[in-house]
Amino acid sequence: RQTLEEMRALYERNQADVSEAKSGRPDLIFLIRFRHCCLLRNQRCVLAYLYDRLLRMRALRWEYGSVLPSSIQFHMSAEEVEWFNRYKKSLATYMRSVGGEEGLDLTQDIKPPKSLYIEVRCLRDYGEFEIDDGTTVLLKKNSQHFLPRWKCEQLIRQGVLEHILS
Amino acid sequence: MSDAYFPVDPGLGLEENFLSLDDILMSQEKLPGRAESTLPRLAFALGQGAGTGDSLPEGSKLEIPLWLAKGLHDSKRRIISVELPKVYKEAWRTVFSADANVVDLHKMGPYYYGFGSQLLNFDNPENPEIAQTILQTFITRFRRIMDSSQNAYNEDTSALVARLDELERALFQAGQKGLNDFQCWEKGQASQITASSLVQNYGKRKFTDMEG
Repeated sequence: RQTLEEMRALYERNQADVSEAKSGRPDLIFLIRFRHCCLLRNQRCVLAYLYDRLLRMRALRWEYGSVLPSSIQFHMSAEEVEWFNRYKKSLATYMRSVGGEEGLDLTQDIKPPKSLYIEVRCLRDYGEFEIDDGTTVLLKKNSQHFLPRWKCEQLIRQGVLEHILS
Repeated sequence: MSDAYFPVDPGLGLEENFLSLDDILMSQEKLPGRAESTLPRLAFALGQGAGTGDSLPEGSKLEIPLWLAKGLHDSKRRIISVELPKVYKEAWRTVFSADANVVDLHKMGPYYYGFGSQLLNFDNPENPEIAQTILQTFITRFRRIMDSSQNAYNEDTSALVARLDELERALFQAGQKGLNDFQCWEKGQASQITASSLVQNYGKRKFTDMEG
């Protein structure tokens, strides 16, 4: 916001100088050009910063899943939240259209799987976790479980569970 | 291991990438130059006058960042004329041709290659030689970078990396990453699902935010 203020101030001063230059002081052209350079530079920095934020948010979607933790959401502006929701939606439509009737979840199985069920250890207290056939598992710190792969993958990526190799 | 965050790379050759953060940092580096004609009211902004009403006399020496030099440079050269920084001049060029491996490129301005490529944008009779020197230094140093990046596993690499400029550091890190991935695969960790590095870094940073 501060840079926008600065840009607006510079632009207004530039306008004043342009009108003055037109009325017959040609050596002020350098000044105008100088200010124009500064404006362009500020614009470039702001754009690059915002674009980088977008790239990071896109990466977060692939790492964290559809719901971002509230502390991240607190730092995002309203436009960024909207962009994130739209990205989520287009990703979901794409995934649905790719793999047959039910669609294909591209965020699963980033590394090629070796077996259907995997051994996991819980790193943090997470609470209860329900599997497909209805049983709930209580995830407390350091408890080990033998769970189907597709359910755990998200939690492992988020750092809640830890995958153990035998 | 496989990260989803892909930042914009710096540009190669004569053009920079508009949105690349590396390029923006690189174009912040300063160049020596000279004012070709009197510049009214600019003295204050460029740090040499007493008040806003002063004008810079013709021929005064300036140190300007690259982005400003590119903007103010005109083919008729009415405003600014640009001189080469020390590193790209004759004396240093002979040093580079003698032995390029010895030079501490990080101290000479951490963006030797990128900045040099941008310098070729300004007309200068020595441009072909500058281009040739940059290319030759890169070729000579590359072999050593590749060797060291592929053979330093789990070691402290700060001694190796200290004398490289930013482009070379990026190459070094790419080599290291490849080496680490290969070692993981050899140990059988390729099929182990890990928490992503973003998550791990984010967890660490959150604590500092809350305390600070």
